[in-house]
This record gives sequence, structure tokens and C-alpha cells, in this order.
Amino acid sequence: MKKSSLKIRHAKNYLFIGIIGLCSILLMIPLILIFYQLITLGGKSINLTFLTQIPKSPGESGGGIYNAIVGTTLLVALASLVSIPLGILTGVYISEYQNSRLSGAVRTCVDILQGTPSIVIGIIVYTWVVRPMSQFSAISGGVALGIMMLPVIIKTTEETLGLIPMSLKEASLALGVPYYKTILKVVIPTGFSGILTGILLSISRVAGETAPLLFTAFGNAFLTYSIFKPISAIPLLIFNYATSPYEEWHQLAWGASLLVVGMILLLNLVAKGVTKR
Amino acid sequence: MTESVLRLDHFNFFIGENQILNDINLKFQRKKVTAIMGPSGCGKTSMIRCINRMNEWVKNARVEGEILFYGKNLFQMDPILLRRKIGMVFQRPNPFPTMSIFENVIAGYLLNGIKLSKTDKERIVEDSLRKAALWDEVKDGIHRKGTFLSGGQQQRLCIARALAMNPRLLLLDEPTSALDPKATSHIEELIIELKKTVTIVLVTHNIAQASRVSDFTAFLYLGELVEYGETTKMFTVPEDKRTEEYLTGKFG
Amino acid sequence: MSLKTIKNTQQKERLFQSLLSASGVIILVLVIGVFITLLIQSMPAIIAHKFDFFSHTTWDPVSGQYGGLSFLVGTLLTAFLALLISIPFSLSIAIVLGEYLTEGWIALILKTAIDLLAGIPSVIYGFWGLFVLAPWIRNLEIKLGVLPYGVGILTASLILALMIIPYAASLGREVIRLVPAELKEASLSLGATRYETVRKIILPYAKSGISAGFLLSLGRALSETMAVTMVIGNSNLLPTSIFSLGNTMASVLANEFSEANGSIYISSLLEIGLLLFVVTTIISLIGRRIIKKMSVHQ
Repeated sequence: MKKSSLKIRHAKNYLFIGIIGLCSILLMIPLILIFYQLITLGGKSINLTFLTQIPKSPGESGGGIYNAIVGTTLLVALASLVSIPLGILTGVYISEYQNSRLSGAVRTCVDILQGTPSIVIGIIVYTWVVRPMSQFSAISGGVALGIMMLPVIIKTTEETLGLIPMSLKEASLALGVPYYKTILKVVIPTGFSGILTGILLSISRVAGETAPLLFTAFGNAFLTYSIFKPISAIPLLIFNYATSPYEEWHQLAWGASLLVVGMILLLNLVAKGVTKR
Repeated sequence: MTESVLRLDHFNFFIGENQILNDINLKFQRKKVTAIMGPSGCGKTSMIRCINRMNEWVKNARVEGEILFYGKNLFQMDPILLRRKIGMVFQRPNPFPTMSIFENVIAGYLLNGIKLSKTDKERIVEDSLRKAALWDEVKDGIHRKGTFLSGGQQQRLCIARALAMNPRLLLLDEPTSALDPKATSHIEELIIELKKTVTIVLVTHNIAQASRVSDFTAFLYLGELVEYGETTKMFTVPEDKRTEEYLTGKFG
Repeated sequence: MSLKTIKNTQQKERLFQSLLSASGVIILVLVIGVFITLLIQSMPAIIAHKFDFFSHTTWDPVSGQYGGLSFLVGTLLTAFLALLISIPFSLSIAIVLGEYLTEGWIALILKTAIDLLAGIPSVIYGFWGLFVLAPWIRNLEIKLGVLPYGVGILTASLILALMIIPYAASLGREVIRLVPAELKEASLSLGATRYETVRKIILPYAKSGISAGFLLSLGRALSETMAVTMVIGNSNLLPTSIFSLGNTMASVLANEFSEANGSIYISSLLEIGLLLFVVTTIISLIGRRIIKKMSVHQ
């Protein structure tokens, strides 16, 4: 082999590393820019008033996003209420009945649900819940977010239970423990941290969702604790205020953005910590 | 003549189309250790799994014939009650990772929701751990997680867990296959000690182990019971040629 | 233990097992219900304008004209443009993290960056795109001498690309990790350089999985709503260039669904929803099947 061709091959090798390295580093730029914007603009608006007051009318400065914080909390709580138990049970079902045809179909449905556009879930819940109640409501928003949480919880539950050795289940069954108690008292507690991770990730997935709430929770400029009334949520507030013409509302929206990103990162961090343990 | 605790009567076991056990007739003597021996795939593990009906969790499994436990066909009993009377220890130690040593020992009670007073709990834990020769090693850290123990200690913990239910029969499914020689000899000593109080069925592929700890040996080959008899006799003058070949290491 | 408690246990056992199956059935019914609802609700529109829904471009609910072609074009244009922009980046990151830097602090930084990008909600991408990216694009447009909207197809595609890179990159990384080490070692031991190994051994082996990753990220780009709605300009005219304003199927839904009145109008919007659901379902089923196949082969 000629020396020069070897040189070319080495040069190509380094060039390649250079290119993929550069592309990877380039991606950091928008990330840094986004966070710079969030922290400088958002940081300015976050203070006690921001966290404890409701928004003022357009043009007036001050005010906060307390109504949206309450709304997001309530919506996530409503969503969790049904989707956590249903998600865990379904996860147990598809991991326990691996060979049945129904469970194969359920697994496909979970994949479909995970790929379903969030806006489609929004219009579906509008048709199923909002229209019959003829009212936008927190409860419909909770349903929409709950549907979005399901696939994440189901998948992580299934994956976690798949890692639990068969022998543990056998140990319990051999002690004369009924199957249902074996699942509830041995299998699920053993996979607890994995399932918890799934729940936290699913919450972090929906905490920033806007599209499914547009026609369900709808948004509300005032504070409400009622689950039958339209309610605000942090991402909805960001959308409405960001697209408004008022400088003061843009300020609030930046603050809300920083808050929601912080919340999501915190949830992910906790989820990671839980997995490590 | 000693009373038989367990008797297999024309017992057949199938998984799907495959016949795993073929017309087994076998009696187990009370408070003796019976070793079930044979090359891998001979059906020995399937056999003891049928004894506490763990076979029911295998897909397409089917049984024919009877297994009599104290004279009653155990396939007509409630599997849950049956399993509480028959303890089982598995190939790999499998303490419950979410429970402490203390809780692991009384896991059979905790999981079944059987209420015990505090003194009962402590008595059962200490008794069972003493019987499993583990008490002295763990008594100071009894509320630590069971998964911190060494493999041999974990296996003795699993034996204690089985003993805590006061079983009339103890099934050991190759209990030392995942352990080092020192831990193995610990367990073997324990088996000899335990037969004073409980009937033991030991599945092993280790010929030397069968000869060291068992009173009776059953040799299984390709799903058939080739030979059964007193261990000392079978190991010195085997009747069947296949037994002799197996014992001398010609196959398996 | 008495006989009564045994019976009780057996009942609970059966109850529990039916509870498990029931929860599976609920998921099944939920997904089928989504499809059926969309189908039934969009029937009036399908009947009213037969199959010419996507054959003309006039969308004018007031005069009862529902031509969705501009939305279809807008969706395909933004999604494929985004995919095109994202490929060099996601592929690079997948190779760097899957092959070159599987551990160490640089890998950790890169992985954290990917996680952070993946964690930012779409509405914030839209917000940032509207206030930071759009002005830059406007400057660019002024220099190029096109109408300086700032927002439009290009801005939407850039934001979309940024949003799908983390997804495609982490899928790609996992697929590259699945390439057996023996293959790589065999190639290196024959005197191939690292680059040659990546190009001739790793990428061909991981090809189907990496394409599945791109397919799945295309699905995301097609269905993304908020970020696009905020930066695409919301025009119902057929886009003529990448600097045009436009609308995607998802952004039309976001903009018009809550104000739609009249059954044909709502039904037409639901027909768009149906199409979106069917397309993303097909994409995600194909993508997941490919990835599953790859991991099973290991």
C-alpha cells in the first residue's frame, strides 16, 4: 500500500471526527441561547408577587401567575388520579400475559397512543367530555393529560417488571401466597422505583403540554379551584401571553416559561435519582 | 415400616406435546432425605415443581395420575394451602429485595396477611434462623436488607423462610448450584440436621452431594424412573446399567 | 385457614385477574374509540366534499369552501425540511455518543444537552422562535430581498428541527450501541480506520434502526402543534417558497377548532384530525416494528 493513500485515509478519519464533533457542538448554541433567554428574562419576573398573585389587566404592570400554578397542579392531579392506577395495571397486564392475543393488541395500542398527536387528543376529549358537558373544564383537561400520561406509565411499568427475576415471583407463590398478593406485595414493590420513575417522567411530559388543553381546560384569567370550570395552566398562559401584544404579559410569559422548564428539569432529575437507587 | 409422606402414583407430566415425566411411581419416607438425581433435562426439576403445583404456572402443562400427600391427592387440594405446607428452596437464592432479613423470614405470614403478635414474630424468626444455622451470623443486623448477605447466607435465609411456615415437606431444587464449595458444605450440613424434623426432597445433579446427604436416591433418566433405593446401596451396587454409567460419569 | 377464606381468596384472585384484563381492554377501547370518533365526526365533511378535500386550496369557512391542500403542503414542507436540517446533527450526535464517546465528561455534557432540549415544552420553543429566531430570519429576509415576515415555513422548520434532533439522536445512539463489538473489532483488526469502520460496518448494520429513528422523528414533526402554530404565520394560502407564511394541519386545528361553528366546518377540522391520526399511527407502528426487530436480532 502506498504511503500517500494511507495519509489520505488518516486525513479522512480526522476530518470525519472534526465534522461530527462540530455538528454536536453546534447544537449547544441554540440550547445555550434558549436558556440564556429564559434565565435573563424569566429570572427578572420571578418573585413573590409572581408566584402568589393572579394576572393584572393588560397594560398594568405587576401581577403573577398564581391561577396558572394552581391550574397546572390541579390538572396534573386529576390526570394522575386515573392514569397512574390504570397505567400500572395495564403495565402489569401486558408483562404478565405476554402471549395472549389481547395483550399483543394492547401493546400495539400503547404504541399508537404514544405516537398520537397531542392536538388530536385535545379534539377527542373536546368531543367526548367538553361537548356533552357543554362547558370547558378542569376535568376535561385532566382527562386529556391523563391519556397522554398513560403510555409512559404503561411502558415503564412493563419494562421494569420485565427485569424482575421470575424466581422472586416463584418464591412468593411457593410460600402459598395467592397470585394477586404476589403481584401486589412482591412484584410491584420490587419494581417500585422503576414505576415511580415512569410516573415522574409522565408528569414531566404533560406538565408542559399546551395543545391538549386548548379546547379542554381552555384557560381562565381568574383563579378557580373548581374542576367544572375553565381553568388556567402554565403552558396555556405562556401561549396566550406570548402571542398577546402586551409587553407586561410577555414578561409574565418568560417567567412562567422559566418556572415550567425548571419544574420539568427537577422532575427529570428526581426521576434519574430514583432510578439510580 | 415408616409412613410415607408423599407418593407418586402412575404420575405423568406433559408440556404441550412433550412428555416430561413418564409413569412415575415413587414413595418418599418420613423424615428422610430423598435425592432425585439425573442428567439435565431428565425431568427432576419438573417433578418437584409438580409436588407443590408450581407446574401450574407453566404454559400448556398437563398432569396425569396422582400425587398423594399424606394420602390425599394433592391436585384436589387448594394450591395455596398446599404450598404453605410444602416449603421450597430454589436454585438461586431469591430473598425479597424490598424486605429486611427479619421480614424475609416471616414473609410467608406477611404476604399472606396472617397476623402475628410481636413475640410470635420474634420467636418464629429466631427459631427459623437457628434451624437454618444463620442466626448467629445475622442476629445483630436482623433489620438490614436480605440482599446484603453473601450467596450462601442468602440461600440459608431462603431455607429459614421456608421453615418459618412449619412445612411438613421441604423441596430443595439444586439449592447449591449457584454457591461456592464452602457455602455448599454449610448447606449440606444443614440438610442433614434438618431431616430430624422435616421430610426433604433434594434435586441435585451433583452425584457426590446425593451420596453425602441423602438416605434414598431416585435416578431419573429421560423422564423415566430408572432406579430407586437406599443411597448406600444404589451407590455401591446399582441394579440398572444406566445408573451405573451415570454414577461413573459415562454421561450427564 | 377455613374453607370460607379459601373461597374468598379464589374470588379475589379472579377479581384481580379480571381487573388486569379490564385495564388492558380499556386501553384498547380508548384507542379504537379515538379512531371511531374521528371517523364518525368527520363523515359529514367527507360526504359533503367527497374526496376533493385535498385537491384544492381555498379554505374559506364563511363561504363554505373547505380545501385543505395548503395545509397538507405546509405540513409536508415543514416536516421534511425539518428532517433534512436535523439529519446531519442527529446523526453526528448518535455516532459521537454511540461509538466515540460512550462515557466520560464530554459525553455527559452532550447527553445532558440532549435531555435538556428534549425536556423543553413545545410552547417554549414557539415562544423563543417568535421572539428570538423570527427577528433573525427577518433580517436575513431583508438582506435577501424577500418579504420580511420573520415567521413562516423556514422559521417553523428550524424550530421543528431543533425539537426532533434529541429524539432521533437518542434513538440512533441506542441503535448504534446494538452493533456487536466483535464486528467493529474485526474491522479495526483488518486495518480499517475508525471512519471506515463507522461508514462500512456500523452504519450499514444500524441502517434500518437509524432510518426508523428518522421516520419516528418525521412523525413528530408532522404532528407538532404549538411551536409551529406560533411561528408559521397562520396563512391559509398555498406556500410558494420557504419564506412564505403557511399553516399545517395541526396548526389549523389549534387556531380554528375552538371558534369553529357549523357542523361541516367542525367536521372538516375533524377530518384533518383523522388524517393526522392515521398518518402518525402508520409511521409509529412501522418505526417501532423496525426498532423491535433490530433489538430482537441481538
